Amino acid sequence: MIVKDIMAPFELYQPAQLKDAFSLLDSFGKDAWKMAGGYDSLDWFKDRIVRPQAVIDLTGIAEMKGIKETPDGVEIGALTTLSEIENNPIIKAKYRLLADAVSHVASPQIRNHGTIGGNASQNARCLYFRYGLPCYRAGGNTCFADTPEGINREHALFGADRCVAVTSSDGAPALTALDAKFVLQSSSGQRVIGAEEFFVGPNVDILHLTAAKPEEILTTIRLPSAWAGKNFYFEKVADRNVWDFPLVNVAAAISVQNGAIRESRIVVGGVSAVPHRLTQVEGIIQGKALEEGTATLAGQSSTRDARPLNYNGFKIPLMASLVTRAVRNATA
Amino acid sequence: MSDADSNKTEPGQPSLRTTRRSFIKGVIVSGVAVSAVGYVVYERTARRPAAGAVERLITLNVNGRDRRVDVAPHETLAYTIRNKLGLTGTKVSCDRAECGACTVMLDGVTSYSCSTLTQSVRNRKIVTIEGIAGPTGGLHKVQQAMIDELGPQCGFCTSGQVVSAVALLNRNPKPTQDEARRGMSGNLCKCGAYDHYLKAVMRASQEA
Repeated sequence: MIVKDIMAPFELYQPAQLKDAFSLLDSFGKDAWKMAGGYDSLDWFKDRIVRPQAVIDLTGIAEMKGIKETPDGVEIGALTTLSEIENNPIIKAKYRLLADAVSHVASPQIRNHGTIGGNASQNARCLYFRYGLPCYRAGGNTCFADTPEGINREHALFGADRCVAVTSSDGAPALTALDAKFVLQSSSGQRVIGAEEFFVGPNVDILHLTAAKPEEILTTIRLPSAWAGKNFYFEKVADRNVWDFPLVNVAAAISVQNGAIRESRIVVGGVSAVPHRLTQVEGIIQGKALEEGTATLAGQSSTRDARPLNYNGFKIPLMASLVTRAVRNATA
Repeated sequence: MSDADSNKTEPGQPSLRTTRRSFIKGVIVSGVAVSAVGYVVYERTARRPAAGAVERLITLNVNGRDRRVDVAPHETLAYTIRNKLGLTGTKVSCDRAECGACTVMLDGVTSYSCSTLTQSVRNRKIVTIEGIAGPTGGLHKVQQAMIDELGPQCGFCTSGQVVSAVALLNRNPKPTQDEARRGMSGNLCKCGAYDHYLKAVMRASQEA
């Protein structure tokens, strides 16, 4: 049951350095909760669905903030706010796709406070899961959305495995299209993984949407220079233009040479637990002229394996249209 | 009916009734005084906290003034400014970062105070609706424009609308209509007076 009053008490820690955060994570283990901007975290606490013993507020860690250019691209600290990314001159000049995508997140106040790390790491928005029901994603053995009565208009078309929840991030498809690398650090070192490894579906881990382990912190997101300044397109369709999570969104990065598609990365959000990369479509349009027929072909072939639930069939033509528009309208 | 009778005052005698607002403020002030007295005694004996742990007695910079206040780790900024500092102009409606009634400025950018932990904004400059008016208490040009354009109807969202509008004009003094609409898009108005608020922002932007 959702209790609408103040939050249950917890211990709050505000480490100023990463190493302090790691030692807190190591000592509290599963009882710790990592918090960045906090807008999503506080919802969990207020609803009393998550009741951590210790909350670790990461926002004081200066080394996890800011955007800087490196020899092979750009490094974005995971605590950089979405507004900062939206208005950053480097991102706007080279990776407009990401600036576009984060400008569509929630509302201005949430973008001022929410971070790119939190946006990429956010948990599923399935109403049943958020309501605290004992579904698969919460460690139970039922899915409440995929039933004859279940309201599943916001749920998955692809990759469902017991759980039918989707990724609701606007940043994640753009990061995947830009071939971003995610730096996960812990007290025992760091690992750098690609977007396809960072975002995980229920077949890999039904309890989490990312590969970050409890003792790890997503500290940095790296954008490689390979996709800087290519042709980009982002579009989001949601019930309301503000606040709402995407029903479907699309992020495309297309490299064009002499009027033909040399290489592309097209990623759709809101249709699967992970940002859904259209590898087959990318193969089909590779080498083809950038023209209307190619765009239509991309759209038509994008939804071939879709498996709709009772109420989300509308997402199939919606997704096909968005992919067509992405290929047709991607501009530098 | 007996309640109504007991509130009657004889003509010519001063009213003994307190308004709801002054009663609430009185409760808040006495609450702060009591908890602060507790701290003067308690703080001397409290043990030093572990690295990264937060102290409860902190200083907040609100509307240009440093305020000492006792803040629990799980306390939201909206709760602190309304119930501990007595600044009740900031409203709480959804309590879920989904309406904008509680909008305040943190270092000049807008934020939902209902979903922000007070402890995490210790080092930032907080401006609430009470800090928008000029030092002499005159209305800000945005507030005057909202009155002129009949922005507030029920008025519950208005303090949030004003804070969002002021933050927008501080950053972009001459916004286009679309920029203004986007800047104000994080504030809901259940009366639906969006066009009035939008016109008010445009009117305020045209005044020097």
